[in-house]
Amino acid sequence: MAVLRALLRHTSGQIGVVVIAVFAVAAVLGLLGLTPHDPLAQDRLARLQGPGATYWMGTDLFGRDILSRLMVGIGQSFAVALLSVGLAAGAGTVLGLTAAWFGKLWDGAVMRAMDVLLAFPAILLALLIVAILGPGLVTSVVAIAIVYTPIFTRVVRGPALSLKTRSFVDAARTFGSSRRYILIRHLLTNLVAPLTVQITLALAWALLTEAALSFLGLGTQPPSPSLGLMLSDSRNLMETAPWMLIFPALVIMLSVLGFNLLGDALRDVFDPRTRRALA
Amino acid sequence: MSYVLRRLLMFPVVMLGVSVFVFVAIRLVPGDAITAMLGTESGLLTPAQRESLTAYFGLDQNWAVQYWRWLTGLLQGDLGLSVTYGQPVSRIIIDRFPLTLELALLSMVIALMIGLPAGVFAATRVERPSDLIVRVFAMIGQSTPNFVLALLAIYILSVVFGILPTMGRFVPLTEDPLGNLAQMILPAIALGTAFAAAVTRISRAAMLDILGEDYVRTARSKGFSQRYVIWRHALPNALIPVITLSGVEFGYLLGGAVIVEQIFALPGLGRVVLDAILQRDYALVQGVVLFIAFNFLLVNLLVDLAYAALDPRIRYGAS
Repeated sequence: MAVLRALLRHTSGQIGVVVIAVFAVAAVLGLLGLTPHDPLAQDRLARLQGPGATYWMGTDLFGRDILSRLMVGIGQSFAVALLSVGLAAGAGTVLGLTAAWFGKLWDGAVMRAMDVLLAFPAILLALLIVAILGPGLVTSVVAIAIVYTPIFTRVVRGPALSLKTRSFVDAARTFGSSRRYILIRHLLTNLVAPLTVQITLALAWALLTEAALSFLGLGTQPPSPSLGLMLSDSRNLMETAPWMLIFPALVIMLSVLGFNLLGDALRDVFDPRTRRALA
Repeated sequence: MSYVLRRLLMFPVVMLGVSVFVFVAIRLVPGDAITAMLGTESGLLTPAQRESLTAYFGLDQNWAVQYWRWLTGLLQGDLGLSVTYGQPVSRIIIDRFPLTLELALLSMVIALMIGLPAGVFAATRVERPSDLIVRVFAMIGQSTPNFVLALLAIYILSVVFGILPTMGRFVPLTEDPLGNLAQMILPAIALGTAFAAAVTRISRAAMLDILGEDYVRTARSKGFSQRYVIWRHALPNALIPVITLSGVEFGYLLGGAVIVEQIFALPGLGRVVLDAILQRDYALVQGVVLFIAFNFLLVNLLVDLAYAALDPRIRYGAS
């Protein structure tokens, strides 16, 4: 609660929360099918129409409503981002905690495996995984999750290593607390701050990667709308129908910006050095 | 063990892990390699032909033998043959890599030329309107994916200003330096902007940390000018995190320019990887991915070594 209050006093936190809230509403409406028009319906008489009363953000080459397609696209992007970051955070936390706790061979094996994954530029690793699994929405989730797992593992392992040697952990052990209890109750609760910040920033990155994969034709497959595909469609039509470029571009920029702002604000809020200034 | 030695020993270990990962990953691709290699034409093969091809590529051996052959080939510079190009993979890399390298360097120059002064400027005017403006721009820059920026840049230049970016045949640097630069500048800006934003943020934060240090206050109290204190005392120390960031980003750019190369029709390595993946040219995917990972690791190694050289605390304080 204290965190939330501090967050809402933080300027970039406020902007971030508002931006994300707006897109989250659009995403939910899009996923529920509550869009102004059918995102797949083709109005052949209204092809490449500019923004207006019927089609607020204009139509594309097939006369499909851009706004409705954007809403569904945001829904899919958010779903992919949440799922993939959730998976990565889960896997990374388990790997990082156990690596720190058991140490020795397990730690070495886990961390070297993570080093190998980190040796690939992120988008390239994602592309490689898509090449193996074939393009599609599920693949995007898996690919982004795998790319982000090593980062969560590192974020968790470092602080977990130092927490492990603290006296309250020794005390818990003396009391006979089970390993699972210590790991969850004592270590994990103390890792909430770095994890929250990392999750928020990872969401920004995941949105971006999902858009990049679908832009390249390796994510969501047409005719399903997605932000990346819509941008890709706009490439040859930007002179006649700039709205096809500008609206999806703005949506991607603003949603990534929202998560980046929130991540920054959370970092400030959790940092004891800056928290005092905010209180 | 010293940091530098440990770091050097780690390089071949991780690289070996990377080679195993790539090897296994490619073999997890559904379908057999012969069909993947020949596409629809594989349907015309007689069983005998298929068998001899399998033997020719060593695919009748178990994975361990295949891996060993591949690895020993790699160490001799043999990355295999690309089916789509009909050329050795190493040849394709040699042809395409200079463009990617040039693009990465150009982006880095742009990023540092904008980001470093902006970060220092903002740090010296902290919490004033000019600092705020720099920070807002940095935040927006960091949140704009390079392909979105690339498309917007093309739109603004071509539609608003009527200048058509040259996207026809690619002109190599050696052939026509100016023509080459004209083609490369837009992609470099698209790639360099997010990088510049990151440099701005990190150099601002580093400068702020250092400007609060005792030795900076001492220098100021000795009556040195603000400019002298910043240039002589603060900036050199603030550069350390900037160098780390630049190294990592540079490594990414060497392999991460996939989409921008695609948008601007630049025949670099990123495009080769993408085409290879789309065409299922696995020898090429394998070779190029390995090459990119190698570069990435190498750049990171060099950065870490530079970091150790700049900061004695890292050299001696083993963690």
